[in-house]
Amino acid sequence: MNYEAVIGLEVHVQVKTRSKIFTRVSTGYGYEPNTLTDPVVLALPGALPVMNKAALDAIIKAGLLLGCEIAPVCKWDRKQYFYPDSPKNYQISQYDQPICLGGTVEIELPGSARNVMGEHKKIPLTRIHLEEDVGKLNHGANDSLVDYNRAGTPLMEIVSDPAMHTAEEAYAYLTSLRATMIYGGISDCDMEKGQLRCDANISIRPVGETKLGVKVELKNLNSISYVRDGIAHEIKRQIGVLERGGIIVQETRDYDGMTGTSQSLRSKEMAHDYRYFPDPDLMPVKVDEAWKDKLRAECPELPFDKQRRFLADYQLPYTLTSALVWDHALADYFEAAAKLSGKPQATGNWIVNDLLRELGAAKLGLADSRVAPAHIAALVKLVDSGTVLTNAAKEIFVEMFATGDQPDAVAERKGLNAAPTDSNGLEQWCRDAIAANPKALAEFKSGKDSAINAFKGPIMKAAKGKANPKLVDETLRKLLASS
Amino acid sequence: MSAPADLNIDHVATLARLALTPEEKAKFAQQIGDVLHHIEQLKKVDVSGVEPTAHAAPVFNVWADDVSKPGLSVEAALKNAPAQRDHMVVVPKVVE
Amino acid sequence: MTSEPFYQTIAQLAAALDAKRLSSVDLTKAVIARTKAVEGRVHAFNSFDETDALAQASSSDARRAAGQARGALDGIPIGFKDVIAVTGQPLTASSKMLANFVSPYDATVTTKLKNAGAVVWGRLNMDEFAMGSSTENSANGPTSNPWDLTRVPGGSSGGSAAALAAGEAIATLGSDTGGSIRQPAALCGVVGLKPTYGLVSRFGLIAFASSLDQIGPFARTVEDAAIVLGAIAGYDERDSTSFQTEIPDYRVDLKQRQGPWKLGIPKEYFGEGLDPEIAAAVERTIAFYKGQGCEIKEVSLPHTQYCLDTYYVIATAEASSNLARYDGIRYGHRSQNASDIVDLYFKSRAEGFGAEVKRRIILGTYVLSSGYYDAYYLRAQKVRTLIRNDFLATFRDVDALITPTSPMPAFKIGEKADPLALYLCDIYTIGVNLAGLPGISVPCGFTKSGLPIGAQLIGQPFRESELLAIAHAYEQAHDWKNKFPAL
Ligand SMILES: [Mg+2]
Ligand SMILES: [Zn+2]
Repeated sequence: MNYEAVIGLEVHVQVKTRSKIFTRVSTGYGYEPNTLTDPVVLALPGALPVMNKAALDAIIKAGLLLGCEIAPVCKWDRKQYFYPDSPKNYQISQYDQPICLGGTVEIELPGSARNVMGEHKKIPLTRIHLEEDVGKLNHGANDSLVDYNRAGTPLMEIVSDPAMHTAEEAYAYLTSLRATMIYGGISDCDMEKGQLRCDANISIRPVGETKLGVKVELKNLNSISYVRDGIAHEIKRQIGVLERGGIIVQETRDYDGMTGTSQSLRSKEMAHDYRYFPDPDLMPVKVDEAWKDKLRAECPELPFDKQRRFLADYQLPYTLTSALVWDHALADYFEAAAKLSGKPQATGNWIVNDLLRELGAAKLGLADSRVAPAHIAALVKLVDSGTVLTNAAKEIFVEMFATGDQPDAVAERKGLNAAPTDSNGLEQWCRDAIAANPKALAEFKSGKDSAINAFKGPIMKAAKGKANPKLVDETLRKLLASS
Repeated sequence: MSAPADLNIDHVATLARLALTPEEKAKFAQQIGDVLHHIEQLKKVDVSGVEPTAHAAPVFNVWADDVSKPGLSVEAALKNAPAQRDHMVVVPKVVE
Repeated sequence: MTSEPFYQTIAQLAAALDAKRLSSVDLTKAVIARTKAVEGRVHAFNSFDETDALAQASSSDARRAAGQARGALDGIPIGFKDVIAVTGQPLTASSKMLANFVSPYDATVTTKLKNAGAVVWGRLNMDEFAMGSSTENSANGPTSNPWDLTRVPGGSSGGSAAALAAGEAIATLGSDTGGSIRQPAALCGVVGLKPTYGLVSRFGLIAFASSLDQIGPFARTVEDAAIVLGAIAGYDERDSTSFQTEIPDYRVDLKQRQGPWKLGIPKEYFGEGLDPEIAAAVERTIAFYKGQGCEIKEVSLPHTQYCLDTYYVIATAEASSNLARYDGIRYGHRSQNASDIVDLYFKSRAEGFGAEVKRRIILGTYVLSSGYYDAYYLRAQKVRTLIRNDFLATFRDVDALITPTSPMPAFKIGEKADPLALYLCDIYTIGVNLAGLPGISVPCGFTKSGLPIGAQLIGQPFRESELLAIAHAYEQAHDWKNKFPAL
């Protein structure tokens, strides 16, 4: 029998704010344990929550970027369960009135080859809501240690419909979602720092069946490739169980990316009953058009839209666009440089091939680059005008990257110009070459055009190989015509 | 009077994480049963079309700007902790 | 009229302090001495810190000497119910759960009173986590009513009422979720004010039922209550439910605002179960206002019979959630007998909480549990709307309502063993919390056996000035404030 997998992802994304979602103590990663707490974070007796406006701005922006409907009114609910990393033993979350409803994440599946665009799909979202993160447990041999630094960090829970069918789709979904969040300045989405965390709900059913199968929740998919591998593994596992005549039990499984295996988490947790009710300590939120408009104005163009524009407006090849658009800063850098140079493709090539290579080798980010868009544009122009040769330009680039000097200055200093900047020098070499070879002069005069090449060798020799052949040719013809 | 048939005191005590003695269970079941019996009369009130009151004086959008302010020192944060080590709160081993 | 400083009013003492007839240190010493003299019988305090109080008093005297006194409260010892956080002081809610807890921060009201120069004095006994109407539900044992030591002071802020009545503080703070300030004020013969929900910040107040709790003053006179209210009221950016409103000078207002007022008598508050002596005293109070030219109107609050049930659903539901944080992990009682982390929760909470707290947690957990939310909590919130609407409708015709505060005078310690019987103590005060209104209890006489009686005035949201003025008019014409228990 052929099976089809049905996958829904539940992604938690930490919102990048200075202070926590319900109190003003700092957020942060990598700090000494329990240095980012206050009475609210620790749920001391008498402490009360106060909303962080920036966290609301961020989720509304995320909703706008993903085409969600923004609820005109939403509220806060308490989700109640006891766990040592949850200081109040309830999590402030949003239950029946999430702030964002619907929306989609556009994904691209792998194409038939690296340089061929793949199929695009829109994965529908169920909802996005805002809630607070919990603290962190560190497990020792005989006990556990709790650090509350992370507790209260604003967290968006992004829930997709069960609308994906392959591990590749889930991978593409997460990649695109992550890029969108980074684009919007909503989160840095560093999975190593736990800024993006993913759980997957996976079920399988015979192809053609419309009812959903029993779902298994896969946890601890803590890198993007683990998401792909874990889901692929789980689909295979479920098919295997059915093919052996077994049944799928509803459970939560823990994926171990190191070994590529999963195991059931025996639910020692007592029956779940979260007893949600509206948090009486917080007032509801009303989102009006003006607020949305203000945030809409701050929304950037998303990567896939940018890619479509780069393909259409700059006529860039697909591979170049896919190398440029996923990094917002890089895409902006490219556009600035292309505008100055007027040669988008050459500009794109310099950025993708040379700049990224040098940055990678030097372990630097784009923001650290001494090479500005204007440098790239200037270099493109030097090559285009024939002032420097391609090989020389490569050398100029490396030097420019190291020093931050303008390319013409580098060419000058290193003697990498194709021709002397002083055209009188070239004319003189040409005159000398003509005078030294009356035979060739005669042949040329008598109509043998190829005789002109006899002058070029000595000129190149005089120019130490760096003369611009086009200019040499032009200068010779001008002088020959008048001699 | 006795507890309503659907007051499962074991289940509720489990949700509330309260270890109750058999005596407490019996006594609470009876007392809470009486209170619940009294509360039954709320079902007589016609609440159709009535909005719930979550706050006596509801206001929207009560929030603060995203500025970070100093919190507690580690010492102050852990001063009341029953057990601590390495600036963290010690709890019995949590099996995840 | 006694000349003892500990039985004087804030207004009198402020004048004496300003005139240098008295120092704050002397006043504080007098209060400490009085406390030590009577505390063995009254047991109003969970703890107090003499050294700290005297240091505060001495700072106050230094300010006054330098001409930098901060107003009427500077140097006045004020007792705090043991649910309000004070940095460096115990904060126990009269629970074994918090027996060793020391607060690392100040409640907003604490900060405000410190800024006003008040001497923060002692931690007052109460029903555990404010759950009760008699101060018998305290891990530290009951507080006695200074008027009859065999009787309860009311609750849950019984320590706050008793300490004031016994001269162990000049004013005190309490918290009121269903009558916990007004009922003990009535039973102890002092003034007790529950402000409009949102007028006083709850930041630093141990939560019982978040949508009902308010901090308010106990005072010897309405004027003193106005002084304390003026110091603690106001919007607080750390309490999202606090309300942005102009804070008038209540003390000035209460003297400037004159009647006659239109006063409503809700007929549902004078029915079965009301002690006849209390009924008579409240009738006399009504007659006084009538004699002053006030228009007295009978009004109806038709959903009154549902107040108690609505309250017990909402209050216990919120409490079950608010008290989840007491788990013995970050602070508080931790069981030494737990086998694992889950067991730690069960045992720490079982050992740390008293019976009434457990009962209410169970009830509150039940009404929120799967399948019951709509039938209980949501329905109660809707009935709450009807109750609030009843009150607001009467205010179209009247300025304030007059009712008894408590259906009964102080009862014997141990007399009411049945929880439901105790819940009935609050039938006249609960509606005010559900509707978020201000309410004040003022002494209006004594029973034949010498137990105080209080009348409750209920005002319109954020119109404390008017409520205080109405209460003040009665108080000025009567001598109850000059009667003190024989201790
Ligand atoms: Mg979830
Ligand atoms: Zn979540």
